[in-house]
Amino acid sequence: MNYRAIRAIYLFEMARTWRTLLQSIVSPVVSTSLYFVVFGAAIGSRISEVEGVSYGTFIVPGLVMLSVLTQSIANASFGIYFPKFVGTIYEILSAPISYFEIVLGYVGAAATKSIILGLIILATAGLFVPLHILHPIWMLTFLVLTAVTFSLFGFIIGIWADGFEKLQMIPMLVVTPLTFLGGSFYSVNMLPPAWHTVALLNPVVYLISGFRWSFYEIADVSVSVSIGMTLAFLVMCLAIIWWIFRTGYRLKN
Amino acid sequence: MSSIISVANLSKTYGSGFKALKNVNLDIKRGEIFALLGPNGAGKTTLISIICGIANPSEGKVTVGGENIQTSYRKARSLIGLVPQELHTDAFESVWATVSFSRGLFGKPKNPAYIEKVLKDLSLWEKKDNKILTLSGGMKRRVMIAKALSHEPQILFLDEPTAGVDVELRKGMWEVVRTLQQSGVTIILTTHYIEEAEEMADRIGVINKGEIVLVENKTTLMQKLGKKRLTLHLQGKLSALPESLSQYKLDLCDSGATLVYDYDTKGERTGITSLLGDLRTAGIRFNDLDTTQSSLEDIFVDLVRTS
Repeated sequence: MNYRAIRAIYLFEMARTWRTLLQSIVSPVVSTSLYFVVFGAAIGSRISEVEGVSYGTFIVPGLVMLSVLTQSIANASFGIYFPKFVGTIYEILSAPISYFEIVLGYVGAAATKSIILGLIILATAGLFVPLHILHPIWMLTFLVLTAVTFSLFGFIIGIWADGFEKLQMIPMLVVTPLTFLGGSFYSVNMLPPAWHTVALLNPVVYLISGFRWSFYEIADVSVSVSIGMTLAFLVMCLAIIWWIFRTGYRLKN
Repeated sequence: MSSIISVANLSKTYGSGFKALKNVNLDIKRGEIFALLGPNGAGKTTLISIICGIANPSEGKVTVGGENIQTSYRKARSLIGLVPQELHTDAFESVWATVSFSRGLFGKPKNPAYIEKVLKDLSLWEKKDNKILTLSGGMKRRVMIAKALSHEPQILFLDEPTAGVDVELRKGMWEVVRTLQQSGVTIILTTHYIEEAEEMADRIGVINKGEIVLVENKTTLMQKLGKKRLTLHLQGKLSALPESLSQYKLDLCDSGATLVYDYDTKGERTGITSLLGDLRTAGIRFNDLDTTQSSLEDIFVDLVRTS
């Protein structure tokens, strides 16, 4: 194991975050605060409690997940796409490092950033609404699992993309809608039966449901199903990355 | 001298069906400067990319320092430093950070003293805290060399190291390469500047259309293929060559003012002595004469045209 190389990639990527602090941390925190102002305070005050929790409090886990998902994808996809774009990828490919080590460096850094961001947003939420986390360990487990899984997914998008347009396409057209429709702002149980069934096809529902459970013990689906689905997505991403490196797809051809 | 790189039956076909390399066999000797010449699209960069691990080979085997580049890639790659053709740099990083990053990437422990030496050798020490985007093209090129040298490689690949670099910097780069060779580093360079190969290389390989057309010691190559030309500037113009000189392959140029004679340096007899004797007999006098040897460029153009 080339630990020094993993460390080098990891620190390089983390340094990029500090250099671009405004985009990396400040901007998601500002936009989440706006969600709290609009949905939590303005609209939320007119909505009665959801499953025994005030609306402002109810949306906290969903909002954290929304940011963690989108930021994990954005961080990881940009992290690997940028060296491809400017050509510095040559050095990564010619270094004595395994694919696993490359993924560990890039995905580790992207996931770390998302986790830090998730925690900052959680703290920000605490300024707007009273927070109580019933299962902190499970909360962290869901946070880490989601950050890692979606960073892997972002890594795949970054390798697949051959232009900035494609880099934005999947997050904009697929992930954001799925997150909004995944129960960030409501419980899928509030949907009519037919739409409820459709909503269960959305993988994000399971992530948000599990995460929300760790806060309030309120869940749209059982926690074990949530974990099972997250792990299944994780394994799927790992399998795709294994295939990418094995064939050299968009990297070595 | 033992081989440090050995390429056997190497082929590369891209997804589009384009055959970039066709059954290439090549050995690079330890400690030499090897120049790989070839026109654009000949396969130079593909060959380097495969040896360095950037592209996958379609067929064949490559060993670096006795290590297979695929099965033993860690050992093989740690011996190599690569300076690619394009100036790929992390624009927002400082010189020091980017060179240190490269060393880490190759699994070497931190060694500020060594990085300092590399930067000083490449006249980059004063710029160590500058962001790369503030540097000139020539300096960026040297940053890339510093990155390639950061992990103390035994082999250095320089893909078109002096493309777009002015004459003075180019000579400076040659000095750097020579110093590296003296320190025991094997150097493989590709170039478009034939004079560069002529100036630097111990051996020269010519690649064309994905095939190695020739590999030879530079001096042997020049002697083997080199032709010389004798030019005689005549006292009076000739309208035609006398019959007595028909046995020589002579050309009458400049409206009969100069006489040109091509001869082979590898031949035992050049024919010059008898030619001069016959000219005298025929009463043809000349004011001046000069001889020129064909350059590597002429040899190269000939080779590529005929292959």
